[in-house]
Amino acid sequence: MRISLTYRIIISALVIGLALLYALPTFLGKENPLQSVLPNKEVNLGLDLKGGMSLTLGVDMDKALSSSLGQMGENLRVQAKDEDIVIIRPRVVGNNLLRFYLLNADKAEQLEDIIERTYSKKLSVKNKESMGQDRTKYTLSMTSEHRDKLKEMTLDQALKVMRNRINEFGVSEPDIRKMKGNRIQVQLPGLENTGRAVELVKQTAHLEFKLVQEDVDPNKAAQGQSPPGTEVLYFSEQGPESKNPKPIVLKKQPLMTGQHIADANVAFNRYNQPYVSLTFDDRGARIFERVTGNHVNERMAIVLDNKVYSAPNIREKIRGGRASITGSFSDQEAHDLAIVLRAGSLPAPVNVLHERSVGPSLGQQSIQQGVTALVVGGLLVLIFAVVYYGIGGLIVDLLLAFNMLIIVAVLAGFGATLTLPGIAGIILLVGTAMDASVLIFERIREELRKGMSPSKAVDEAFVRSSLTIMDANVTTILAALILYQFGTGPIRGFAVTLTVGTFASMFTAIFVSRAFFEIWLKRKRPESSLNL
Amino acid sequence: MGLQLIKPDTKFDFMNKRKLAALLSGAVILLGLLGIVFQGGLKYGIDFAGGINVQVQFDKDIDVAELNSGLKGAGLPDLRAQRFGQSGKHQYLLRIPSGTQGPEEVRSTIQNRLSQVVDADYTIQRLEMVGPKVGEDLRNKAMQALFYAVLLISIYISGRFEQKWGIAGVMAGGLLAGVYVLQLIGLPVAFLALAALLITVGMCWYLRLNYALGAVTALVHDIVITVCILTLLGKDFELSTVAALLTIMGYSLNDTIVNFDRIRENLRSKTPRPLYEVINRSINQMLSRTLLTSGTTLLVVLSLVILGGGVIHNFALALLIGVLVGTYSSIYIAGSLLLGIGPTPESEDSEDSAGVTKSEA
Repeated sequence: MRISLTYRIIISALVIGLALLYALPTFLGKENPLQSVLPNKEVNLGLDLKGGMSLTLGVDMDKALSSSLGQMGENLRVQAKDEDIVIIRPRVVGNNLLRFYLLNADKAEQLEDIIERTYSKKLSVKNKESMGQDRTKYTLSMTSEHRDKLKEMTLDQALKVMRNRINEFGVSEPDIRKMKGNRIQVQLPGLENTGRAVELVKQTAHLEFKLVQEDVDPNKAAQGQSPPGTEVLYFSEQGPESKNPKPIVLKKQPLMTGQHIADANVAFNRYNQPYVSLTFDDRGARIFERVTGNHVNERMAIVLDNKVYSAPNIREKIRGGRASITGSFSDQEAHDLAIVLRAGSLPAPVNVLHERSVGPSLGQQSIQQGVTALVVGGLLVLIFAVVYYGIGGLIVDLLLAFNMLIIVAVLAGFGATLTLPGIAGIILLVGTAMDASVLIFERIREELRKGMSPSKAVDEAFVRSSLTIMDANVTTILAALILYQFGTGPIRGFAVTLTVGTFASMFTAIFVSRAFFEIWLKRKRPESSLNL
Repeated sequence: MGLQLIKPDTKFDFMNKRKLAALLSGAVILLGLLGIVFQGGLKYGIDFAGGINVQVQFDKDIDVAELNSGLKGAGLPDLRAQRFGQSGKHQYLLRIPSGTQGPEEVRSTIQNRLSQVVDADYTIQRLEMVGPKVGEDLRNKAMQALFYAVLLISIYISGRFEQKWGIAGVMAGGLLAGVYVLQLIGLPVAFLALAALLITVGMCWYLRLNYALGAVTALVHDIVITVCILTLLGKDFELSTVAALLTIMGYSLNDTIVNFDRIRENLRSKTPRPLYEVINRSINQMLSRTLLTSGTTLLVVLSLVILGGGVIHNFALALLIGVLVGTYSSIYIAGSLLLGIGPTPESEDSEDSAGVTKSEA
């Protein structure tokens, strides 16, 4: 297919003009005189260049499933009780089975009816075993549909809660997304106080109000078994005696949870000590009023993530829906606690599976080193091309410059992320982009030596080399695509620049450079010689 | 007037040295494999092994032994410090295998300890923690990437290389079927990649796709030698190493494709010559291109190795070795192999595609 020189020049100019338009904002920076005319897009820097933290968190789905199963067991017990059916010891076995005992065997049908009615799509009776004395052991399992649904809901909720928390934390351009395998990826560019952010993100913030069991000695209970229906928890580690946290015995069943919190704020007492003041929503306020009214003169512990913060005595029914969490907090700790309570608790505990944090100094250093390597390597190649090919070398140099321009423009235009391996990819391309030109140039030389006229030689060289060039580059693009598919953040950046750059170099070498040659040939009439 | 490094009438007898080349490759591979066996497998970096890496920069030089002994009492018994990056930057990498402490705990432990024992200002520049699960995931992903690379590239070269897409289809079908069966048996991905390779080689042999066979052999040669040399240099095997290996695959094929294309072109010339001569002549014709391209690529990769800094060093080094080996193998390994087994027999098919090439004009 023969493309006329005019078209060739027009298309080349269009592409390069467009590339210039999109590449300029990156080179000039945000504040530039052409701001209003140019597209408002710059190359995005990856966390390894910008500095910041990337966290991959795994949501503990086993815990989420088993606690949901436990909740269902408890609900079932209450529901059965309403219909005079007694079931005891509902318990979660091995994360996915619910086991309990029915005491009045004659009501088995009625019980199964309840299960069918309320939990038809969620639970199924797996096994029923008569234990004598009218007892029947039931084993229920969660249906796989409900399990999948629950997992999805848990992940979505965890995502929402983390988003809320991070928004309040105040990081610019956070990126929080779901990943395969019950994971959540959190990227916080420019963040420096990583420890605080990790705490904020991974804290479950499960708040409970529980009654204190006064008639049991906590120290004894801590060593052995606590009475049924109670549990031993410890006061949150504070101050110098944190090595030996104090135990306390609480009723297992919470009076209330943090589900109904409308707001949480930092306040200061008269000693100027910070504490967190909670406001419940209407429903929460009613529940709080009722439970405090029912337990006047008992102690109520405020438990956050299984750590007891305080256990004050209820002096009277508390109206108005307010409560406070006190402890020896620093201002910042109180502030962060208020954030997590406001944003809500995570539906399940999360673990940090992967963390990478890069300080701004290293990011800056990486950019500097990468760019130095690029400039030095690039200059060497540019000089080499001119030394080796003379005027033709200038064409190679121009093509290389166009390649850079196109890469930057595409990265900026599509909002792709440039990482350190991405810069390495660009550097590598400076070397390999030469290849396409070299193939053509060497071929021209070869055809000239055979005694062909310059225009014929150029023609022949482009035709013969184009196929080889495309061929050779397809393999690179294949490799890059695979890398993109399987690589993680920084490596993906490499795959992106490699792909974009390879396409760019094919375009410039096969299409644009031919325009240069044809212009050159035209100016050299009569066809005397071609200095290559 | 431009320069010419390689005179047009250059006639190196490359194929004459093919036995020496085979000996050299064999020796390096043998040494490398011995090294790998000796250290009990590949030395995984943090990506694959899991653990915590902390990169610290001091404002002056610290003795590594001093740093190691200073950090000994920090409650991180397996911590190992080593120099990192360019020498003038006073950077150190502290490596901690998976342990009980979380990343942020480790950060504060190290900060506390460094403030006590080292009389220098420092910054923690980078901290990376890879949990065991993620490490395993990344190992799997890397293996899958290698596997798919082998698969796609095999299919591509048997098609485009041999210019027989029909046979490439058969090849692809056979390869996919073979791999599918193996997957059913439950073979791990590492073996799948190996099996895919073996099937490819076997089918190339059976279908007499000799160019493809030469290319695949050269490719495997490059990957294996690069891994061997990296091992002998005591470098860690990381995710970025795998990225470099995939890039090398592309690069190595690129070189081989260019040489083979010329061999094929010359074989079709009207005056038939012995294969030995044709291969030598083709390589000589392409020599200047081969050296130029490799030269410029080496130039830039070398500047990356020297100037690019510690974070990218392993990646750049793997590329450097790969480019060198790839250039050598496309001449000696791919060429010699082709000489040994002969070119793919020409059929009407390939006459066709030769016609296509010409009609492009």
